[in-house]
Amino acid sequence: MNTPISWIKAYVPDLDCSVQEYVDRMTLSGSHVENAVYLDRNLEKIVVGKIVRMEKHPDADKLLVCQVDVGDEITQIVTGAPNVFEGALVPVVLDGGRVAGGHDGSPYPENGIKIKKGKLRGVVSNGMMCSIEEMGSSREMYPEAPENGIYIFDKNKGVKPGDDAVEALGLRDAVVEFEITSNRVDCFSMIGMAREAAATFAKPFYPPEVKTCGDDDDVNRYIAVEIQDEDLCPRFCARVVKNIRLAPSPEWMQRRLAAMGIRPINNIVDITNYVMEEYGQPMHAYDLDTIRGHKIIVKRAQDGDVFTTLDGQERQLDHDVLMINDAEGPVGIAGIMGGENSMVTDSIQTMLFEAANFDGTNVRLSSKRIGMRTDASGKFEKGLDPENALAAINRACQLVEELGAGDVVGGCVDVYPRPAEPVALPFEPDKYNKLLGTDIPADQMLVYFDRLELTYHQDTNMIDIPSFRQDLRCSADLAEEVARFFGYDNIPTRLPQGESTIGKKSLAGRVEELCREVAEKLGFCGSMCYSFESPKVFDKLLIPEDDPLRQAIVIANPLGEDYSIMRTIELNGILTSLATNYNRRNKNVRLYEIGNIYLPKALPLTELPEERKKLALGMYGDGGFFLLKGTLEELFAKLGLEGKVTWEPSGEKSFLHPGRQALIYISGQYAGFIGQVHPQVCANYDMKTDACVAGIDLPLLVSKATFDRKYKGVAKYPAVNRDLSLVMKKNIFVGQVEKMMRDKGGKLLESIQLFDVYEGSQIAPGCKSVAYSLVFRSPERSLEAAEVNKVVDKILVELEKMGIEIRS
Amino acid sequence: MKEKLEQIKQRALSSISEAVDMDRLNDVRVAFLGKKGELSRILKGMKDVAPEDRPKVGQMVNEARSRIEAELEKEMAVIQKRMLEEKMKSEVIDVTLPGIRPADGHRHPNQIALDDLERVFIGMGYEVVEGPEIEYDRYNFELLNIPENHPAKDEQDTFYITKDILLRTQTSPVQARVMETGVMPVRIIAPGRVFRSDEVDATHSPSFHQVEGLVVDKGITFADLKGTLEQWAQEFFGPETKVKFRPHHFPFTEPSAEVDVTCFKCGGKGCRMCKGSGWIEILGCGMVHPKVLSDCGIDPEVYSGFAFGIGLERIALLKYEIDDMRLLYENDVRFLKQF
Repeated sequence: MNTPISWIKAYVPDLDCSVQEYVDRMTLSGSHVENAVYLDRNLEKIVVGKIVRMEKHPDADKLLVCQVDVGDEITQIVTGAPNVFEGALVPVVLDGGRVAGGHDGSPYPENGIKIKKGKLRGVVSNGMMCSIEEMGSSREMYPEAPENGIYIFDKNKGVKPGDDAVEALGLRDAVVEFEITSNRVDCFSMIGMAREAAATFAKPFYPPEVKTCGDDDDVNRYIAVEIQDEDLCPRFCARVVKNIRLAPSPEWMQRRLAAMGIRPINNIVDITNYVMEEYGQPMHAYDLDTIRGHKIIVKRAQDGDVFTTLDGQERQLDHDVLMINDAEGPVGIAGIMGGENSMVTDSIQTMLFEAANFDGTNVRLSSKRIGMRTDASGKFEKGLDPENALAAINRACQLVEELGAGDVVGGCVDVYPRPAEPVALPFEPDKYNKLLGTDIPADQMLVYFDRLELTYHQDTNMIDIPSFRQDLRCSADLAEEVARFFGYDNIPTRLPQGESTIGKKSLAGRVEELCREVAEKLGFCGSMCYSFESPKVFDKLLIPEDDPLRQAIVIANPLGEDYSIMRTIELNGILTSLATNYNRRNKNVRLYEIGNIYLPKALPLTELPEERKKLALGMYGDGGFFLLKGTLEELFAKLGLEGKVTWEPSGEKSFLHPGRQALIYISGQYAGFIGQVHPQVCANYDMKTDACVAGIDLPLLVSKATFDRKYKGVAKYPAVNRDLSLVMKKNIFVGQVEKMMRDKGGKLLESIQLFDVYEGSQIAPGCKSVAYSLVFRSPERSLEAAEVNKVVDKILVELEKMGIEIRS
Repeated sequence: MKEKLEQIKQRALSSISEAVDMDRLNDVRVAFLGKKGELSRILKGMKDVAPEDRPKVGQMVNEARSRIEAELEKEMAVIQKRMLEEKMKSEVIDVTLPGIRPADGHRHPNQIALDDLERVFIGMGYEVVEGPEIEYDRYNFELLNIPENHPAKDEQDTFYITKDILLRTQTSPVQARVMETGVMPVRIIAPGRVFRSDEVDATHSPSFHQVEGLVVDKGITFADLKGTLEQWAQEFFGPETKVKFRPHHFPFTEPSAEVDVTCFKCGGKGCRMCKGSGWIEILGCGMVHPKVLSDCGIDPEVYSGFAFGIGLERIALLKYEIDDMRLLYENDVRFLKQF
């Protein structure tokens, strides 16, 4: 909401503070200022000058040498403007002054343009005469200003040489833009903001005095109104103005509209716009002679109806769009835009004014469906106060009379089937103080309320809530009114008392933290990926057509197909990020992400899906599969899971290399996967490198993790070491061998350490050599060689059974 | 004999002082103290000494030996020390060469901001909880006093799955879920992902993070809210930080406020980051609306509470002076490794 301070002062004349103070205090009382535009920005040393003599430049055809009376002296100014004449009153910027910009209307420089005296073709010029553009404004706002010329003051305006030209143009003002919250519909009006300003600065507030106007004629002779769809139109007020006399509106009105960025047009249009800004109530003017049957009917459109709005566009309608009709058909879309068929033209004789109240939601949804948002619909969709409609239409008619724009017909057609019930709330000062933690006296609260036109009745202890304050409905609402005028700053600060609570993170939170720590310690960077992705992801990951992973939740209104499904697998984000890094030539990249996947229980969703948190790790460059595996081993060790994890060779994950992947089980339960990314998948992500990924199910990790540790004692007795060098077929996994060794090794086998794997020319084709160091130890005594040999023999027997050759 | 011994001693001592390294010193040891050394030879020649003089000669030999040994020890220590010094002199390294970093994993800046934030609130007795990201309309809107047809529910802002199920647009539904359990008092923060239908650009993302805070107990006041957030801001942004509460409107709190802190770049003097105002808006908050309390089954006549919502990305972007939100989701390691 833009408000020129000058306009606010029209209702709060005692308001006397700097713009900055106004901005600060209004913000602290709840009207947040987005910004303040000073209309006199960069306008310095600009006075009214009168051209007393004018002659041609001796050396330039197009230049004029003027002697200008600037109040205290006559000074010489050279100009190239064609429209000046002797006796003209013009804005003159003096030597050392400043203007907002050039006269060609190009964007204004940050600090304006400094004007210094100089010579033009050898003739001294002590300043510059200004166009309206150089004054930082435009012909849109000052229609009397000439095109390509100096602004010339109306000589009847009472300005004289030496006057402040900025003031004379009404530019000693600032337009303050407020961010109005959706609950304060009343503040989308000049009067509403003035009321807030008056309350904030504790100054008297003088809203416009609206008197009954109109002649002895009767409006009912001209128009009848019928509301068929009351749910969408709670109120409709209509008045008639005859003998319309179109003319420019007076300067004060033009200036105020100009400051709001509204182009003045003529008295009737300007009055409509003016009242819309002043009261926040959109109005519409019809040419009454085009209204067939002298009747207005408010009702819903039919599906498939087409209607031409006054901008000449054809609009498709449906049965939820509310229309204004005359006796024969539609003449306007309610609250959005009038029709071409009833619009006001220069030949208008008799005018019908409409000030109605329409359902905000319906206007919002209709304007969206039709694809047309107007100033009027923007106001209506906030949900206006029906009481305001009558006040606004009467104000408009009063202005018509004041401006002599026509003859107002007596009376008003006011169809208001169910007037709003007045609202009153009990006055509960203790409750307000209890909620705020303050000790504000009840009397003081009533002072604040009075300024806001909330009337207190001592006998009933009730407060009348004015109709324009639709936001005040309970004691907390009134507490807020107290708080904002007492000042949020003045409310004390304390910490909550009462029963103490324990600050903590869940076990899941701790496990997650540990995952981050281990991943980061081992070189993985934390990343963040979107939860929604493209359905094409499944193809990129080579997920089979019938795989349950393809049962993804679809967003009904996504930003686009690429963001349309909720991920069911944690890989795409990390692979996309790896690819981004790869294509930017980053070397040795390791990333991890902790985030949810979304698994529907049934599609379409009838209940919330399962959200499962996953740890995804991805890498390319140094390391590879075993570095990634080692990272997970480190993580599992930190979570107390050492010895409980098995890595099952698998070919089941379509997105992984069939010979380089494993499923991870913790105590026999599936916990995730690890593997080298399938070369085709790498290609699908535009990566010309091998990459490895792992995905771990965090809920399972949480259920298995333990932070309990028991000290086992450091071995006192010596260990016996036995090294075994084995040659086996490549397709035997060392995991099988190790499992067997553990089974047969019994209590005495303390550890198995694989220290070499070799494949190559020294070994038979299709075989690999694997070397182990076995450590035997007893916690109770020194072991005899014979005991150890017995165990080793058992292992050797099993190895032979597995077809494994022992080399030493 | 005495002179002879004295002579041997003197020669030994001067040999010791002339020795330049351990080898020479060892030669001296062997020459004088060794099995075939000069002192041994004297002892071997004892048979030629008169028996009554033998103890005396023996004593003199031992004295000479001890003296030589002591001198050897001393010289050895000197030489060892000198050798160590020489060795170290030759071992000088260029300490300005780069260090070897064992690993270079880094935390995401958003997560760092969250960790910092959680630390402060956990210290103040808050429990960290989470809620679902795909949520019922009822929790995301209805229970938060955002009725049917409220503009905030507009499809423009909300991603819908079905009519009743959506991607949560805020972490506030966690409030309703926690209050519904009826366990009092409540003191939680709820961080998490939220979604809004905004096109991706430098300042918008359709997916971002919020941290919700909620306290419900008997006698909770707006003053408690002010104190809590002021405390947090000073822990989080620094002890000099000032906090400003401005009236605002949220459907689920009343009174409501927006909170500004003194710009952490310029300290409040005014700079580009705070657009010259000296203040930076960081969060929204307020007293839990009595309707929200009662709809969640809590008697607003007995209990009151406050709630706040912090935009995590906003804080991370401001704190680390990141000028484009898209960087947070690109995961370029050249970006991530700066944190």
